[in-house]
Amino acid sequence: MGELRLMKGNEAIAEAAIRAGCDGYFGYPITPQSEVLEYLMAEKPYETTGMVVLQAESEVAAINMLYGGAGTGKMVMTSSSSPGISLMQEGISYMAGTQLPALLVNIVRGGPGLGTIQPSQADYFQSVKGGGHGDYHIIVYAPASVQEMADFVKLGFDAAFKYRTPVMILSDGAIGQMMEKVYLDDPIPRRGDEEVITQCPWASTGRPMTREHNILTSLDLDPAGQERLNLRLQEKYREIEEKEVKFEMLDCEDAEYLLVAFGLSARICQKAMQLARDKGIKVGLFRPITLFPFPKKEIRKIGEKVKGMLVVEMNAGQMIEDVQLSVGCNIPIEHYGRFGGIIPTPDEVVRVLEEKIIGG
Amino acid sequence: MEEKFAHPELRTPENLVYKRTDLLVDCPLSYCPGCGHGVAHRMLMEVLEEKEIASKTIGISPVGCSVLAYDFLNIDMLGAAHGRAPALATAIKRLWPSRYVFTYQGDGDLAAIGTAETIHACNRGENFTIIFINNGIYGMTGGQMAPTTLPGMRSSTSPYGRDTDIMGYPLKITELIAQLPGTYYVTRQSVHTPAAVRKTKKALRKAFDCQDLGKGISFVEIVSNCNSGWKMTPVQSNKWMEENMFPYYPIGDIKVDGELIEKLK
Repeated sequence: MGELRLMKGNEAIAEAAIRAGCDGYFGYPITPQSEVLEYLMAEKPYETTGMVVLQAESEVAAINMLYGGAGTGKMVMTSSSSPGISLMQEGISYMAGTQLPALLVNIVRGGPGLGTIQPSQADYFQSVKGGGHGDYHIIVYAPASVQEMADFVKLGFDAAFKYRTPVMILSDGAIGQMMEKVYLDDPIPRRGDEEVITQCPWASTGRPMTREHNILTSLDLDPAGQERLNLRLQEKYREIEEKEVKFEMLDCEDAEYLLVAFGLSARICQKAMQLARDKGIKVGLFRPITLFPFPKKEIRKIGEKVKGMLVVEMNAGQMIEDVQLSVGCNIPIEHYGRFGGIIPTPDEVVRVLEEKIIGG
Repeated sequence: MEEKFAHPELRTPENLVYKRTDLLVDCPLSYCPGCGHGVAHRMLMEVLEEKEIASKTIGISPVGCSVLAYDFLNIDMLGAAHGRAPALATAIKRLWPSRYVFTYQGDGDLAAIGTAETIHACNRGENFTIIFINNGIYGMTGGQMAPTTLPGMRSSTSPYGRDTDIMGYPLKITELIAQLPGTYYVTRQSVHTPAAVRKTKKALRKAFDCQDLGKGISFVEIVSNCNSGWKMTPVQSNKWMEENMFPYYPIGDIKVDGELIEKLK
């Protein structure tokens, strides 16, 4: 049946987590995402579904609470914004190395440093190229609406458990703060302890004497063993690249030019596309939904059909590197970005498209 | 297993005076000969065995000499990042209230890099047990100065002795956390004599019994030697520990049943 509500993006994430049967949320306040923790504390799911909600003493503690909870097979999540996510990178690397499922939400703000509290997409590299130390990736979903903020919570948990990997929802301050109508799925009951033990035989849940003890660690002092772990991880990432790519194409059938954008930038590009089409420019929009795995093949394919691409991002040019690596033919690929919390306007996008791609 | 012993025919029930608990994995420990970690491990596992809670216990090992504790303790374990064990334990105990949860941490892990996690887990009154091995040195990385290194004590990063004017003072973190309302049982023990070992085992038992009450953190500090790091023989190191560590870190209960034993100076 579900339910239709008007909600902020951050609230939608919190509500979707309760409804997805999440076992625990651990977080630390930081603008522009504090509504996630505030909403959960107000809703008190610990009294209804039994979901644990805890305000940690720091992002460092929060991510390690996640590491502990994930290591016992529970469905756990955190949310933060850029500086807080930077603090969490050590823990994310540990979880990737230990192969633990968890959901991370980054409501990105402008950086570097303390930066600003306004929206940005400058954490693309950090999110999709590893972020912490060592050779690893996490699955990254980029929602472009409040609806997708809610939808990607369940999607994220499913992928996290399927591949035993941390998964990130990479959003931004605008989508976190803006209100839209959201269709919410009916609640799924939390799994019982016995169900968790059955589903996650690898988890440290207390050793029955019928099995060996479970040890969860990323440490292997034997180089050959550590290499084997790395090879297993790489094999997993190749499988994820094969099976988990998600993207959206709008008006690409007759497109001569292509806008490529994710998240909020893609919303802006939708309007820019309309404006350009009104001017008679045949432009389409390609929106990667998963940033890792990146839709390489699909970008390559469409690259053969268009005359040029404009990559629009709220950063100095990060995803464009993946677009350039994916496109196989010699067409102009340019970048347009605003940073520091400034959001590009559709008019700007059309002007740059005309100047750099069509006129260029 | 039997063939490892020279005279298996002597292993008869009437000759059995001591049996190593099955909760210790039958493998060589990574600790230096003479180190207190092995004894502490054995006491911990004996307590879980006697309390019959091994199958309901989840342990968290630190970064430091006991980083591989999960290889020796035959129960479900997680290896934490340096200093973060109390954060892991917090989530695990809250998500699995039916389980017994403990962290096993050294002084660098618990009282330097993990100070925030230690203090906040204690202050929230989490219901798990913290086992704190204090030997006043970073053993695994090769004998550097720890937060608990005594004034004047030599280490590889205080080669002329800890100068408190430059390097600050050793941190009495156990006295500090005993002041917090979230701690229920706080004690300091050692494992260098048979009598001390017995007291430590009692303390560990009490610590796990506290988890049944759900009234807050139970915290067992074990002042231990590091003969390798201190550059001494095991016997010398235990004597040095008695003469130098115990005056600064006095042995005994600090807080019992939520009440401080005596007003801390």
